[in-house]
Amino acid sequence: MKLRRMRMMAVPTALVLVVAACGGDDAADDDGADGEAAAPEAGCEVGEVDGDLSFYNWSEYMDPDLIAAFEAEYDVTVTEDFYPSNEELFARVEAGGAQYDVIVPSDYMVDIMIQESLLMALDFDAIPNAANIADDFTSPPYDPGLEFSVPYQWGTTGIGVDLSVTGEVEASWALMFDEATATAAGGRVSLLDDPRETMAAALYWLGHDPNTTDEEQLQEAADVISSARPWTTAFTSDQYSDLLLGGETAVAHGYSGNFLDNFGGDENYAYLIPEEGATIWTDNLAVLTDTDAPCTAHTFIDFILDAENGAQLTNWTFYASPNAAAEEFILPEIIDNPAIYPDHEMMANLFFLEDTGDAEILFTDLFTQAKS
Amino acid sequence: MATTLEPRTTPPPADAAPELGLEADAERAESRRGLLIGLPSLAYLVVFFALPLVIVVVYSFATRSRTGRTILGDWNLDSYARLFDPLVLEIALRSLWLALLTTLISLAFGYPFAYYLATRSPKVRGILLVLVMIPFWSNFLVRTYAWRVILGRDGPFVRLLEPILGTDVQLLFTPFAVVLGLVYGYMPFMILPLYATIERLDFSLVEAARDLYASGWQAFLKVTWPLSRPGVIAGSLLVFIPSFGAYVTPEILGGGRTTMLGSYIVRQFLSARDWPFGSALSVAVLLVMLAAAVVYLRSGGRNL
Repeated sequence: MKLRRMRMMAVPTALVLVVAACGGDDAADDDGADGEAAAPEAGCEVGEVDGDLSFYNWSEYMDPDLIAAFEAEYDVTVTEDFYPSNEELFARVEAGGAQYDVIVPSDYMVDIMIQESLLMALDFDAIPNAANIADDFTSPPYDPGLEFSVPYQWGTTGIGVDLSVTGEVEASWALMFDEATATAAGGRVSLLDDPRETMAAALYWLGHDPNTTDEEQLQEAADVISSARPWTTAFTSDQYSDLLLGGETAVAHGYSGNFLDNFGGDENYAYLIPEEGATIWTDNLAVLTDTDAPCTAHTFIDFILDAENGAQLTNWTFYASPNAAAEEFILPEIIDNPAIYPDHEMMANLFFLEDTGDAEILFTDLFTQAKS
Repeated sequence: MATTLEPRTTPPPADAAPELGLEADAERAESRRGLLIGLPSLAYLVVFFALPLVIVVVYSFATRSRTGRTILGDWNLDSYARLFDPLVLEIALRSLWLALLTTLISLAFGYPFAYYLATRSPKVRGILLVLVMIPFWSNFLVRTYAWRVILGRDGPFVRLLEPILGTDVQLLFTPFAVVLGLVYGYMPFMILPLYATIERLDFSLVEAARDLYASGWQAFLKVTWPLSRPGVIAGSLLVFIPSFGAYVTPEILGGGRTTMLGSYIVRQFLSARDWPFGSALSVAVLLVMLAAAVVYLRSGGRNL
């Protein structure tokens, strides 16, 4: 999830990021970051604009036509910048002076940014289209009751398989972690190189809570990953689709949208959501506290939450929309695809990865140890 | 003998004072001009090298907040204490071992090639040197990705080896692939300094050794090898240092299964959100490299 949309360019971007991260943060004194009792509310009218909009988003995640339509309708200019990971977004925003109005953090990052008082409490009087949000997404664990964010797009983390090698298989983490099943399915697996996601996969397989901070359970999960090493060809967060399509692996752990995008309708490949449970993630629209155009920001959010605009976005990105009213306008090939829109039974089996605070370090270390 | 070679440090005799005063003036003017000329590069070093380094060092003493923000204040050595975790030591030892292996293999293949190169006619030498440098004309990342195709399941090596060995062969995403990638990437840094030293070597000394009945092997061990040691040292350092902190090669060819220090540091910034620990690791790597360079240069200094 953290590296979800880093594709081929992941390594150079990461390099650039490290260079930027090492050099660009000397202004990060913690003045005003803590201690603010309540974030300010905007108090805007519906459709009010108070300046141009600076939008900080993942790459390839917004239909340019939607931006153009917003600019034309409200006579403002929208500048869009891109980031490759939540961590870069956080570093940039936390350092201050970034001058962005609307950002698109993933679930756990929303939680962190709320704790750091980086997000403005949304004024829902200015966002009437918030009523369009599907019930499943109105009270997520990272922002209960949606006070600081509204969901933008969502997806799942599951398993992509090369059916020509594996044959018909059951949607289960056994494909990764059970020796007999993995061997029968070709014996070449890739797991995400992401401590939280891959530890979560092992935790689902073991029947534990993916957000556990119990050291024994985490150790158990690390042991499962470690014992899967003989048939784990690679740990990768950005190349799993390429390796799968190139025949290097037959079973791959990865994100729904990326797989479906890369499969391009080829029937030799399938995306499965494991029955033991899987991770659901959302990316969310939020407004930064130091925005200088809070009303334009609210109007923009309302614009995206419009039924037809929400559908246009999903038809462009191929990720699922949390906008219930948009569903009638979404292309049938997307809305009828259970890999993008799982049924209710499956939805009940999907879990958010929540920030675990200091245990993040434990996740990282146990995972690093397990994989080499 | 030694003192006459260092006129600048010899105290001037009293009666020669006036002339030396002029000389000293000239020297001072020269040094001022030198400073002026050096100023841009000095400023460059301060802004792009010293300052970022200071920031890294400062961050290494900071604290990670529960949310993964860096708290500047509450300075402590916790991040440095974590450097002695068994996990960190294991990764450090692996990096050290792979970097040493890379250096030795590069030397074993680079030395004969550099020797061959240095002893060709100028025309052939020119062609061979261009061949050594041609890889630099294309991007390192692209070339490393190319190795993925070469070592992959449909690559020539696996195709060749599998029928011979009769079992599944996995070359890509192994420590072997990482070392191969490192040797491939850094070999020119070994060859070029070696070539420079061997080329300047006075081969009449080798002839003299042969005249005194040294065997070819003895002449090499007693004459050629000691005289080329500066090149060996320079080349080894140029290969060892980037290999020890390598990030791109183990990421692309190691498939995340051979964690080296570079990847572990990146993980602190991109996933654990623990900048203080990532900074402490960077400082530690820097110090190890610095120490290695100093010790190595000292030990070989007499021959430089």
